[in-house]
Amino acid sequence: MGLKQNLHNFREKNKDKKWLPAFSAIHTFLFLPNETTHNGTHIKAADDLKRTMNTVIMAMVPCLIFGMFNAGYQHYLAFGEIQQATGGFLSSEFWTLDNFLVGFWKVIPLVIVSYVVGLAIEILFAIKNNHEVEEGYLVTGMLVPLIVPIDTPLWMLAVAVAFGVVIGKEVFGGTGMNILNPALTIRAFLFFAYPTWMSGDKVWVHGAVEQDQLIAAGQNVDAISGETILGSLAQGKSVAYDVMDMFYGLIPGSVGETSTLLILLGALFLIFTKIGSWRIMLSSVIGALVMGLIFNGVVSSGWITESSKFYGLMSTEFWHHLLIGGFAFGTVFMATDPVTASQTTKGKWIYGFLVGFISIMIRVFNPAYPEGVMLAILLMNVFAPTIDHYVVQGNVKKRMKRLKAKVA
Amino acid sequence: MGLLSKKDANLILDPLADNNPITIQVLGICSALAITAELKASIVMAVSVLFVLGIGNVVISLMRNIIPSKIRIIVQLVVVAALVIIVDQVLKAYAYELSKTLSVFVGLIITNCIIMGRFEAFALGNGPWRSFLDGIGNAAGYGLILIIVGFFRELLGSGTLLGFKVLGDPIEKTGLYAIGYENNGFMLLSPMALIVVGIIIWIQRSRNKALIED
Repeated sequence: MGLKQNLHNFREKNKDKKWLPAFSAIHTFLFLPNETTHNGTHIKAADDLKRTMNTVIMAMVPCLIFGMFNAGYQHYLAFGEIQQATGGFLSSEFWTLDNFLVGFWKVIPLVIVSYVVGLAIEILFAIKNNHEVEEGYLVTGMLVPLIVPIDTPLWMLAVAVAFGVVIGKEVFGGTGMNILNPALTIRAFLFFAYPTWMSGDKVWVHGAVEQDQLIAAGQNVDAISGETILGSLAQGKSVAYDVMDMFYGLIPGSVGETSTLLILLGALFLIFTKIGSWRIMLSSVIGALVMGLIFNGVVSSGWITESSKFYGLMSTEFWHHLLIGGFAFGTVFMATDPVTASQTTKGKWIYGFLVGFISIMIRVFNPAYPEGVMLAILLMNVFAPTIDHYVVQGNVKKRMKRLKAKVA
Repeated sequence: MGLLSKKDANLILDPLADNNPITIQVLGICSALAITAELKASIVMAVSVLFVLGIGNVVISLMRNIIPSKIRIIVQLVVVAALVIIVDQVLKAYAYELSKTLSVFVGLIITNCIIMGRFEAFALGNGPWRSFLDGIGNAAGYGLILIIVGFFRELLGSGTLLGFKVLGDPIEKTGLYAIGYENNGFMLLSPMALIVVGIIIWIQRSRNKALIED
């Protein structure tokens, strides 16, 4: 008898124990269950919920690993211990073991806290409600560490994850029933609850906050400014990074969102495996470009002067918006969440377009917090069912008309 | 309760739990979200509503047979408005700072659905003593939720209770703040008040399944 059979027997023997959902969650994560459906007509496909979730996680792994290197790179760069990488994406200054280790020890705790707290709550609710643990948290748990600043205190992350999973998901009935994207709910909670840890010029580079505290304590050390590009632009400062650095991701930012190149890779993987909707990604990019062009138009027609507080971000070339901030990451991994996005084909176009459009709008008009993509996606999550409703009603009307024409 | 018959006692006890104006009838949400960032403001608001609803119910009940039903809403408004003005003036005279915190929300007690709701639903059809009990009960049910929400919002949002720094000093870094704790700014925003009320409703309904509507 192999391990698989043993596990199966163990499961059978404890069928009516309260903690069984917790066991089978881990069991079915590792093995296919022995029992399958025997009668009725079913469509058979390899991609069940777990496979789907795992595919998304695979698409995010490059971003995660890059994020670890980048965390170390930004850290050493800010402390003046290494030179700015000049060789582009494959710079030898970037891909060093030192960089990786710094990032690894900072990022892995974030991943662990996110998964342990999130899964503990999922299992608790599953036991309480007597249903199987659903796989919904697998992707959320990986998204969360990628979209927070590197120095986020772990207890804050734990509080936010607990809030996001309970209020964002479990109150609506668990996986598949949620209105808002849970990962973004977690981030929004962090942002509104602890704004000093989620914005400004100190939190994006590991060590900058500590350095700041040392200065406050009267020690003679240099302050570190790790402003994100969006942050600098919102304050009307010039940006020190060139476009290729933005594209490769050698810039400060949340852990896994900086590298547009690797996000693009993940996007292609998601589109190729038909997990992520290319319609949402494409229409979102179009929406962002349109809004960017409108703002560029406003600037070039002279309706706004350089003294305006919106000037910095409005005059940013429209296609730069795709490379900076969390836009690319949000569009590819969060806006395409099949639970919270629109379901209809036409609805996906509208939904995606508005996500992109509103993201850039919030970026420009909210200099206090120039990252619009989080709020734009949450807002559109709320509107997604409405969009679907009207798309479906529109279709019903069209077909009714056709029916009438035939009868007449 | 030796003083009150069982039926009368229920007038007070029901609104505290199974017929709570906020969590079950979902009335008076607006002020519950707006002024509960501080415990003190919540308590003052609760007491103000207790005063207005207790007296108001009695007054309406006494007049119930002489109010022409066509203009009863206007009569009710006049009664509430008179009582609210008294509360407002007293607060301005004796607790000016607090009345500034509560700002328009004292005045807005006039439009609090709980008050008009009790006048319409109870005082117009019952005697003054029972109306008084009903008013006190409903105002207490409202105040109870206000105080619970205010307690959590002030404790987690500002780290204080009634202004006392119970969790330590965030600037001096004493108490909990010494080990890296920080106040949750989200708690001070109104959306979080809605979520706290929601959690109370959730707990209440999961303890008493009869309250769940289909």
